[in-house]
Amino acid sequence: MSVFPKKRRFSGLGLVKQALKHQEGWQRMWRSPAPREHYDIIVVGAGGHGLATAHYLASVHSQAKVAVLEKGWLGGGNTGRNTTIVRSNYLWDEAARLYEHAMKLWEGLSQDLNYNVMFSQRGVMNLGHTLQDMRDIQRRVNANRLNGIDGEVLNARQCKQIVPIMDTSGRTRYPVLGASWQPRAGVARHDAVAWGYARAADARGVDIIQQCEVIDIVVENGCAVGVETRQHGRIRADRIGCVAAGNSGVLASMAGIELPIESHPLQAFVSEPIKPILDTVVMSNAVHGYMSQSDKGDLVIGAGIDSYVGYGQRGSYPVIEHTMQAILELFPCVSRVHMNRQWGGIVDTTPDACPIISKTPIENLFFNCGWGTGGFKATPGSGHVFADLLANGEPNELTAPFALDRFHSGALIDEHGAAGVAH
Amino acid sequence: MFLIHCPYCGEDREEEEFHAAGEAHIARPLDPDACSDEEWGNYLYFRRNPRGLHRELWVHVAGCGKYFNIARDTASYQIHGSYRIGERFTWSDAEDSAAP
Repeated sequence: MSVFPKKRRFSGLGLVKQALKHQEGWQRMWRSPAPREHYDIIVVGAGGHGLATAHYLASVHSQAKVAVLEKGWLGGGNTGRNTTIVRSNYLWDEAARLYEHAMKLWEGLSQDLNYNVMFSQRGVMNLGHTLQDMRDIQRRVNANRLNGIDGEVLNARQCKQIVPIMDTSGRTRYPVLGASWQPRAGVARHDAVAWGYARAADARGVDIIQQCEVIDIVVENGCAVGVETRQHGRIRADRIGCVAAGNSGVLASMAGIELPIESHPLQAFVSEPIKPILDTVVMSNAVHGYMSQSDKGDLVIGAGIDSYVGYGQRGSYPVIEHTMQAILELFPCVSRVHMNRQWGGIVDTTPDACPIISKTPIENLFFNCGWGTGGFKATPGSGHVFADLLANGEPNELTAPFALDRFHSGALIDEHGAAGVAH
Repeated sequence: MFLIHCPYCGEDREEEEFHAAGEAHIARPLDPDACSDEEWGNYLYFRRNPRGLHRELWVHVAGCGKYFNIARDTASYQIHGSYRIGERFTWSDAEDSAAP
């Protein structure tokens, strides 16, 4: 059952009708409500993860009094800054289950939201350049298959068949020896994911309040009772979930708790649009570059993170040069393509390259953060499990391994191999 | 692009010659066996992550190869000073709420 009344539902027929009415009959996708004084649950951060959390709180857990607070505009942080890659081929059981949970939600997401998120399962190739890379790839693909996740090990010739423009001659400094290949992986339109979730959550009564910056978390007797905002003063809540990516540490310090997170700039670029040359996603951890081509024709290129802590939402020039070297070595044919735009986002990295989805020492305060360089692919799954945590107050079997206390118990989930830098 | 002063070489050089090595002034517990899980976890994994003033350890990899410290603003990226291992740095202005 769709939550949208027939008049507001998007459909092919609706497109035709609106075309005949000169496109003047479209309605706003979400309201801009004034905040109430009290909500059952406040989600801080209206990126993909925060909006997905709100959507599943409303649709799965029937929570109506939910607000999403956003200091800027929705989807304007890392949700609008990533390179849109979706995959689930993670090594360890805990991470593989979480990302595969997200992948299964991706596969029905456009229908669930009644919004085309342009999810395209065009396959993702993770290249290996050394014998050790290839051994790691074989181990990871085997682990994936045991977890019911699709994956294949390709040799250089098979890589060339899928991506003819790639230099697999073996004469490069870091020759392509093979790759892992996940056919169900792919890309999705990142903005559409935020918009689709916002529209669906709003239709179920969630208040999305943009330009509402949280400047303090109100804690009374070890229990979070609300937030102080710059624009709307104090808003009280029974439970608060923080989903603020790079700014998670700033929020945590407001509540007086510490997170094992460091925030780094991560850069990406898009080129001028060109004719189709790449119908899949190619990633390389070893040379720090990854590339896909959008439907518009731009090459979407991602870089590695800057090594220092930074909140500037811009990266350093040596990283740009380093990434271009890697891309050109893999794809010599793009050497004359101009880059149109370059930008940076702030990623919240953890010591084990796995997220923190957890209760905190403060009662009724929850964090979903630490997704680091690869949060976009997990957007639906992250929202789904965090909504469960916020609604029930206790972790379920998917989220329990990602609790904050693992950094003291030592039960880390080391995904540096599958996560690494490239996402 | 940062222009970084190496306190050992005495030269201003481009960022590419250096590598950031995380938060500065982290002391290894003198008796690790006596640490609780909490203390040991804090030492291994918990780092300050301020939006603002920060003291960092850097290494001049393409120069003298020595480690040294930088006092830098993580929001404006302004470098307030660089100093040798073993030295202390105090911010000239009074905004050092972030100081360890």
